[in-house]
Amino acid sequence: MEQRKEFQNYTVNFGPQHPAAHGVLRLLLELDGEVVERADPHIGLLHRGTEKLLEHKTYLQGLPYWDRLDYMSMMSQEHTWVLAVEKLLGVVAPPRAQFIRTIFAELTRILNHLLFVGAHGLDVGAMTMFIYCFREREAILDMYEAVCGARMHAAYFRPGGVAKDLPEGLAEKIRAFAEDFPAKIDEYESLLTNNRIWKQRLVDVGVVTAEQALDMGCVGPVLRGSGVAYDLRKAEPYDAYDKVDFDIPVGKNGDSYDRYLVRVEEMRQSNRIILQCLDKMPEGDCKLPNFKYSIPKRDDMHSGMESLIHHFKLVSEGFAVPPGEVYLATESPKGELGVYIISHGGSKPYRVKIRSAGFNHLQALKVMLPGHMIADVTTMMGTIDIVFGEIDR
Amino acid sequence: MAEILKMVHEIGVGFFGALLWSLVWVVIKVVLLLAPVLFIVTYITLAERKVIGAMQVRPGPNRVGFFGVLQPLADAVKLIFKETILPVKADKGLFILAPLLTLVPALLSWAVVPFSPELILADVNVGVLYILAISSLGAYGIIVAGWASNSRYAFLGCMRSVAQMVSYEVSMGFTLIPVILITGSLSLVDVVEQQKDWWNVIPLAPMFVIYFISVVAETNRSPFDLPEAEPELVAGFFTEYSAMSSGLFFMGEYANIVLVSFLGALVFLGGWLPPMANPIFSMVPGIVWLGLKASFLMFVFLWIRATFPRYRYDQLMRLGWKVFLPVSLFWIFLTGLVVQLGRWA
Repeated sequence: MEQRKEFQNYTVNFGPQHPAAHGVLRLLLELDGEVVERADPHIGLLHRGTEKLLEHKTYLQGLPYWDRLDYMSMMSQEHTWVLAVEKLLGVVAPPRAQFIRTIFAELTRILNHLLFVGAHGLDVGAMTMFIYCFREREAILDMYEAVCGARMHAAYFRPGGVAKDLPEGLAEKIRAFAEDFPAKIDEYESLLTNNRIWKQRLVDVGVVTAEQALDMGCVGPVLRGSGVAYDLRKAEPYDAYDKVDFDIPVGKNGDSYDRYLVRVEEMRQSNRIILQCLDKMPEGDCKLPNFKYSIPKRDDMHSGMESLIHHFKLVSEGFAVPPGEVYLATESPKGELGVYIISHGGSKPYRVKIRSAGFNHLQALKVMLPGHMIADVTTMMGTIDIVFGEIDR
Repeated sequence: MAEILKMVHEIGVGFFGALLWSLVWVVIKVVLLLAPVLFIVTYITLAERKVIGAMQVRPGPNRVGFFGVLQPLADAVKLIFKETILPVKADKGLFILAPLLTLVPALLSWAVVPFSPELILADVNVGVLYILAISSLGAYGIIVAGWASNSRYAFLGCMRSVAQMVSYEVSMGFTLIPVILITGSLSLVDVVEQQKDWWNVIPLAPMFVIYFISVVAETNRSPFDLPEAEPELVAGFFTEYSAMSSGLFFMGEYANIVLVSFLGALVFLGGWLPPMANPIFSMVPGIVWLGLKASFLMFVFLWIRATFPRYRYDQLMRLGWKVFLPVSLFWIFLTGLVVQLGRWA
């Protein structure tokens, strides 16, 4: 028999313990020198069984689990759940609550995109970006704290409105931030957008054509970066989105650079939405006055029997939801975040299925990577903006 | 000064005997040179953290000592007392040797660096050549480290760094040739003294830019820090190193930064010569001017690190071979032509 020696490709375990693995991504890379031949993303290292847990909690108790899905855009996740439950219940939140939710959903979008720009910059080697972005993130997290007491896992949106009205002075604080923020975006852009190295690293890296993006179920900025102007805020407006004016930025080539530009522009548009919402926000209730669904005021509980009973029923048994099925999706910062709820009546869902954007984007990684160099792996992991909380659920 | 030296020599010869004293004298001189160099090397780590901190709107280390001035000492103590882990699969001998192979050449080059016309350890007439020769030895440390670690990330890192250092060694060498052509000597003292009328940076501005970018690449600094690119290769060639063995790599890297900054100041920025013939400027000792110029270059190193994203491997190679090499070759030709015409005229 003829003895033959063959050169073997080099297999590298990229993560889960790796400085750039974005959480717990495990990526098996088959390398030919510096060039990636095959990429195999592994999932499941952050599986917490959220969908199963939701079946055993009341609708209200299930809410905080949504913060922990994509822990970089917390209130946007709550938004999906809250709207889906409202749809099952057949109720609509009061206008003021809708505006507050829109403001915070857009603040969350900025929060997420700031992390994207910062972490993407860090992946590509521009480490100052990370710290500049965190400076502004800090301001938004302070607003989170002001409104609900927690900086990350807010649990602020509730079926039928929001937990509490905006505290005094917060609206002015948000307005001051929003008026100042475009200048900050200009600052980020001056460091990155026209930087030659940044462009060399991003342009034509990880190209996804519009057709491919649709085939793989890409959503959000990844889909829009490929030139498909699909945004649920426009396509199926929810809450106050039909009352404000904003544009959907769209890319041309579907490469990492376009996706970066789309996200930067989305921050500017979010800023626009926030300012408009602040102008148009009406006075009134911030949650349903029908206390069959929303927890009554603390003061009323001390004096009124009815309120005390409502509170007791809501936090122990939870509200009953009529039998039915619902699919509802919102435009979270990472793309379409959908939930399918089956209710057999009672206060707990029978089955919950979450459709997260990151899961589909991760499979796009497998298509995008082969043929690129190992340095592009980090670029592409950054550009699809994955968070493992929502992928493994 | 000369009398004090003479006295020291007499005491030394009386104490050690003529032969032994000449050896001891060399050791004393080496210590006198290396102690300040190592001091700068330790403190540039603090400078880096402070400068980049300031650029990133944060204070940087400020807990150990006033404004964090004792931070480098605290770091050194920590590194020394940590366990050096030898990976099971590593080639033990080479694994331990590698950090020394990077640090020692970085320190060896200092032998020929003049701080003033008199203050120089070895005034050899081929100073520039010596530095080029010794600094290319530094690549061996990295190759050996990457290979002996027997780890995949380390291997990829060392492959990158070899290619990078070899390429940029070439363009760095080519940027120095026009200077040598103008001076007509390889001695660094002559190179500086020749810049009395105007600094080399004025006629050779493009060469200075290429020199600086090349040495940034040569010392594996951002945006050319591919061999240790953190998001890609964890820590590149020293992924497997821990405690002081990895600390030695850092020291070697910083020693190289300080060295190339001094070299750049000497070769292009007029070394110890004051910026202009002005009586007030001339009062300042030459070594202060040299220090200021070198510090400025070191600052630019840090400034670049805080500003730019990282190059990709193929882009780096393209820049080195397709841009810098032709440009510097053209300038060598041009300088040679001008020098020759000047000689004929």
